Amino acid sequence: MVLVYINSTTGLSKAALETVTYGKKLSGDVTVITNGSASNEQLAQLGEYGASKVLVDRSVDGEDPQQLARLVAAVADQVSASTVIFSHDIYGKAVAPRLSVRMKAGLVAGAIAVPEADGSVKVNVFSGKAVGFVKVASAKQIISLLPNSIQPEKTGSACSVEETSGLAGASAISVLETKKPEGNIPLPEAELVVSAGRGLKGPENWGMIEELATALGAATACSRPVADIGWRPHHEHVGQTGVAIRPNLYIAVGISGAIQHLAGVNGSKVIVVVNTDTEAPFFKAADYGVVGDAFEVIPRLTEAVKRFKATQH
Amino acid sequence: MNILVCISKAPDTTSKIAFTNNSTQFDENGVQFIVNPYDEWYALVRALELKETIGGNVTIVTVGTATDEAIIRKALAIGADEAVRIDADPKDAYFVAMQISSYAKAKGFDLVMTGKETINYNGSQVGGMIAEAMDLPFVSLATKLDANGTKLTLEREIVGGVQVVEVQTPAVISCAKGMAEQRIPNMRGIMAARTKPLTVIPAEAVEDLTSYVTYSMPNAKSSVKMIDPSNMDELVALLHNEAKVI
Repeated sequence: MVLVYINSTTGLSKAALETVTYGKKLSGDVTVITNGSASNEQLAQLGEYGASKVLVDRSVDGEDPQQLARLVAAVADQVSASTVIFSHDIYGKAVAPRLSVRMKAGLVAGAIAVPEADGSVKVNVFSGKAVGFVKVASAKQIISLLPNSIQPEKTGSACSVEETSGLAGASAISVLETKKPEGNIPLPEAELVVSAGRGLKGPENWGMIEELATALGAATACSRPVADIGWRPHHEHVGQTGVAIRPNLYIAVGISGAIQHLAGVNGSKVIVVVNTDTEAPFFKAADYGVVGDAFEVIPRLTEAVKRFKATQH
Repeated sequence: MNILVCISKAPDTTSKIAFTNNSTQFDENGVQFIVNPYDEWYALVRALELKETIGGNVTIVTVGTATDEAIIRKALAIGADEAVRIDADPKDAYFVAMQISSYAKAKGFDLVMTGKETINYNGSQVGGMIAEAMDLPFVSLATKLDANGTKLTLEREIVGGVQVVEVQTPAVISCAKGMAEQRIPNMRGIMAARTKPLTVIPAEAVEDLTSYVTYSMPNAKSSVKMIDPSNMDELVALLHNEAKVI
């Protein structure tokens, strides 16, 4: 029996659908526990991705990992779960370690594939410079799945949704304010990312990067020097000390490709590098390369994307 | 405020990553070890800033062998008051968290701080595990931290934004970029570090819940396909037809 925790406060995210799909690949019997305000109708859709049943506690806001660990542990006990699955997002990173101690169950943090034949699970190590295979020694196990490692798959039909309450206790964390820039695609979940570095020469030149991102439906990111000098916000910084991402497409503009930057993006499925310097190390990690001036190449690429999108309707 | 900062060793960010012993062990040959940057730049420096403004004491703790004393001295040189080394060669996060929580339980720390993850295993596990073992609240991925009496006000990363939250001490906090700026130890700090107290305590018997059975290097990219900068329609066509990503 597999138990999957998802956060559904802002609806069903792609990461949530991925974790349910992952659970289905491990077991024919998947229960989902969630909190928040998604409607029963929405939650029932999780059945299409493999859930047999969804339990929802609407009294829990999901802001306190301690409360969530109590909730998930109590439900795991109720349904006799041998495996609990999280997304390796802010919730997985905060709640899964607590649950590991609470259930005395080994935690595989940041899985990037379904378990191997010997039961070990593949994870990124050394900030993506290598992979390791983790084996859990305890009877119960917890796996947190790195977003965008597998694709959601529809295999079934809507399932039942039941309300639950009284298992989580009180929250110790009070939220004073939530700041979410409107309209932006959250970077860790983005399938397409356009990123730029010092080659852009100044923050005033980011307009063309944003235009390309908008044309593609992509999120924007940046290199560390650019975040450090304040051209772009810190949450856009990808790399070893910033956010690690694994989108389907990563377009790097005016970024040389230092090893610390590559560590944060080398899980990307396809990498496009645009740089004036033919010797930029990033070309070695790229699938497609363009040697040229970003100020000419990027507007041209944006127009090409728009022409392509126009033919797709 | 009495603060415990958990530090871990990690290979320097420019280290060549290789494995030995039939790909079951990280090859430490020629590798320079540093204090894990998240632990040092963010957790330790913010702890010192809090001490400087409101007073208190900063203790660092690591679970490691005698070879880790170089990184302990570095953390003391940056400004920590004292250090504790729990003597063991840790194999998993659960082991580390059990050792630290067992040591910290009786010490009455107001605040336990960790980096958001280590740069070698990237698990983001130890902070949450310590919090559960000590039955304390946990705020993860914090980018700002201020203390007012027993009340902590923090900013933390959430999906697509940031959130301001409040929690009472004692608590466990994992620290991310934005919390503080890196400090370079000065000569006085380095000299003082030599005589600051470093206590070595034995590890408790704790079973490992997980182990790495093998490592491998990711598949190398096949060679890059160069596109004419004047022909971006070709790039878009390749991304659609060949790479199938748009």
